[in-house]
Amino acid sequence: MSATVDTHNHDDHDVHHHKETFVTKYIFSQDHKMIAKQYLITGVIVMGIIGILMSLMIRMQIAWPEQPNAVFQALLGKWAPEGVMDADIYLALVTIHGTLMVFFVLTAGLSGTFSNLLIPLQIGARDMASGFLNMVSYWLFFVSCVVMILSFFVEMGPAAAGWTIYPPLSALPMAQPGSGTGMTMWLVSMAIFIASSLLGSLNYIVTVLNLRTKGMSMTRLPLTIWAFFITAVIGVISFPVLLSAALLLIMDRSFGTSFFLSDIFIQGEVLHYQGGSPVLYEHLFWFLGHPEVYIVLLPALGITSEIIATNSRKPIFGYRAMILSILAIAFLSTIVWGHHMFVSGMNPFLGSVFTFTTLLIAIPSAVKAFNYITTLWKGNLQMNPAMLFSIGLVSTFITGGLTGIILGDSALDINVHDTYFVVAHFHLVMGISALYGVFAGIYHWFPKMFGRMMNKNLGYIHFWITAVCAYGVFFPMHFIGMAGLPRRYYTNSNFPLFDDTADTQVVITVFALIAGLAQIVFLYNFISSIFYGKKAEQNPWRSNTLEWTAPVEHMHGNWPGEIPHVHRWPYDYSKPGHDEDFVPQNVPMKEGEEELHH
Amino acid sequence: MTALLTIIIVLFVAVAIWQLIKIFDLAQVGASNTQIADDKDNKMNGYLMMGFLAFIYIITILCFWYLGDLPLMSNSASEHGPGIDNLMAISMVVIFIVQTVTQFLLHYFAFKYKGEKGRKALFYADNNTLEAIWTGIPVIVLAGLIIYGLFTWNDIMNVDDQEDPLIVELYAQQFNWKARYGGEDNVLGKANVRLIDLDRANILGVDEGDPNAQDDVIVTELHLPVNRPVLFKMRSQDVLHSAYMPHFRAQMNCVPGMVTQFGFTPTVTTADMRETEDMKDKVLNINKIRTEKSKELTANGEEALEPYEFDYLLICNKICGKSHYNMQMKIIVETEEEYNAWMAEQTTFAKSLN
Repeated sequence: MSATVDTHNHDDHDVHHHKETFVTKYIFSQDHKMIAKQYLITGVIVMGIIGILMSLMIRMQIAWPEQPNAVFQALLGKWAPEGVMDADIYLALVTIHGTLMVFFVLTAGLSGTFSNLLIPLQIGARDMASGFLNMVSYWLFFVSCVVMILSFFVEMGPAAAGWTIYPPLSALPMAQPGSGTGMTMWLVSMAIFIASSLLGSLNYIVTVLNLRTKGMSMTRLPLTIWAFFITAVIGVISFPVLLSAALLLIMDRSFGTSFFLSDIFIQGEVLHYQGGSPVLYEHLFWFLGHPEVYIVLLPALGITSEIIATNSRKPIFGYRAMILSILAIAFLSTIVWGHHMFVSGMNPFLGSVFTFTTLLIAIPSAVKAFNYITTLWKGNLQMNPAMLFSIGLVSTFITGGLTGIILGDSALDINVHDTYFVVAHFHLVMGISALYGVFAGIYHWFPKMFGRMMNKNLGYIHFWITAVCAYGVFFPMHFIGMAGLPRRYYTNSNFPLFDDTADTQVVITVFALIAGLAQIVFLYNFISSIFYGKKAEQNPWRSNTLEWTAPVEHMHGNWPGEIPHVHRWPYDYSKPGHDEDFVPQNVPMKEGEEELHH
Repeated sequence: MTALLTIIIVLFVAVAIWQLIKIFDLAQVGASNTQIADDKDNKMNGYLMMGFLAFIYIITILCFWYLGDLPLMSNSASEHGPGIDNLMAISMVVIFIVQTVTQFLLHYFAFKYKGEKGRKALFYADNNTLEAIWTGIPVIVLAGLIIYGLFTWNDIMNVDDQEDPLIVELYAQQFNWKARYGGEDNVLGKANVRLIDLDRANILGVDEGDPNAQDDVIVTELHLPVNRPVLFKMRSQDVLHSAYMPHFRAQMNCVPGMVTQFGFTPTVTTADMRETEDMKDKVLNINKIRTEKSKELTANGEEALEPYEFDYLLICNKICGKSHYNMQMKIIVETEEEYNAWMAEQTTFAKSLN
């Protein structure tokens, strides 16, 4: 522990001697709290707005195909001549919507905001292990955002091969316009993004392992930290594989290699590529792609664990089982990627293996869901907006997760693979659930981030409209998927067979548009509360974790004096023998008090 | 018209939200508002949780009521189809039960234990028996589903050469399908895209020197004899495509540089399928929708839609570029005699060359 104390002294030293300028405080900041806010604004708010607007345009095109639309004309310009969306730009919207939401909003935005904010504050550290790397990580992320957005302004349009960018479609500029400069920019942006993500993850891992305050053993960590920690580990294991896939694809595209390409005849000529295989790319992509689902989901579940316990005024049920299930999910997540490839042409025997591992992952997931429900049982539920979003998360996690039993079963996947059924499944289980996690986190830690409270009534309006619309959008979508309707179709009007799904598409789009409007309520609440919100008290939710022992005003080093020591686990809510219904982690054990259950 | 109506609805909702914001803002003037939920909020949201539970149940029932005919879970047209449909039905029942129960518990607890000032929650942190129960039950249920699933999967994917299947190549290109039959010998001639010679109309790159290739037949409409096993060999000349035949519960990607395969036995001819009750209802319904839409179109001076008649389809189900949304081929399942008669009319590869 002595090493840790030394670092603290050193940090104190820094605090006293460096005068902060505007640039070092707000732009090239090395303070984890400022970096968290930078991630929040760039990743969640800005990229989130762009990603959601794209999804609404996609929905409008599907509901009213090939009809002139003023929105398209205004937002898409030359790609919507006379307001009719072009088929290539439709695919580009689908692609960039997926990329933005999965990587920029729900990976960088979610982990970047809450891992940065909460890891040092909840484990009792002055800052991240390396403030400098943390700053570099953010600015690399910023650059990757800029490159990705700029790809919309190149001649032939942005990448349009789907967020999975399977070659050869993504490798050959003659296969579609989006595979020209737009795809190069996509790959460059993602390479920078991965570098950013790796720097961030390494920092999180090192910080959690080395900078915990006195008494903060691994089994006294809040579940948020466990989730962020394991998420970072999964990221470090799987993102390099995507980087290698992206680099090999760049080689194939620009330097004539044949890693993923073979025997291609396109636009009247035979290409020189020989010996490569697109299936290899699929393996590499999904080796990241599937763990990515948990990189998105685990932090949201961690946030939920914390918020449900605090607002139920009860210990999280089964703390150790929760940790074990996070570990089990992390392990299994790296050996299930093949379930995206049942019909890719890989050996059917592999299909059997991946069916087996995939369905296993339902077990730790079920444990988590039941533990959340039991935590509510006989609680004293404080229905703050963060709590509503957390309960909402558990609800969509169950609804979306259950259909995974169908998709993970190779025999059943044959007929629903790449249909709207898949779209409904993953949007509920990772899209909506993770977004709920983001919202819950923002409502809960807004006082910590900005020293002010968000308006709860607007929070309630935001939640209830969003919750109803999320089911309104994605529940009926399962049915049109099971009718065999493929995803990523610009219009379904060439298939009279699917005419009976058209009305449902309109209903879904109306729900989506209303859900979009509800986000304006959130945005208004968020921005106005930063400036005009009610001033927050130090510990508004009467929570046990260490971040609420730090002063409301942000300061370098987080605590003015010594870092608080930890004497108990974070879930002593409503513990018998105490007057208050919460006992913060830094409160020493009473004489004769037993440390229970962890 | 629908677009206009929707815009009006959306505007209406926007105004409603704006009004709500104003009401809440006004209500907060002067009140000591901490922005932390109080008993009133807990109560209101607790009741809303029950309302939401009802909403989930209602939307489930409505979806089954109005959209229950959509899912392809019966009336399959292949031998292995009922196996998949059964497994799907069993999985759906399991999902339905778990969903109904867990959503009830979640929302009911959220309602029942809504916070009240002065009440203390139960300090209840752990129970290994409970954890064992909800680890054990999913293990058992999933084990059943996995075993059933694996047997079904192996049945489908194992191709039995003893059955002498009809060999058909499905050939994908941006943005259409071709099919190649092995001809008299039921053996496909060797092929590679490097052999494509558009001047000689050798569009699939079939090896002109291969004796097995001479009697191959290349067509743009897939005909299959009923009740004879078919083994499809898939190829693609440019990008990934996926050969999806939903009515036969069949799908396999077409990958440039390799040959993938999928086999099944069609069991219902196109003519018989059109006569099934389910299909008659579906077609009737679709034609009703099309007539409605045609009225709108003709009013605008556009052409009316043609009435729909059912056909099996092969459709592309892997994003493949601009016209991905319109890459399809008609499949006709017919009796052995009809098939043979059709086949006799086709030109062989050797004769089709320029």
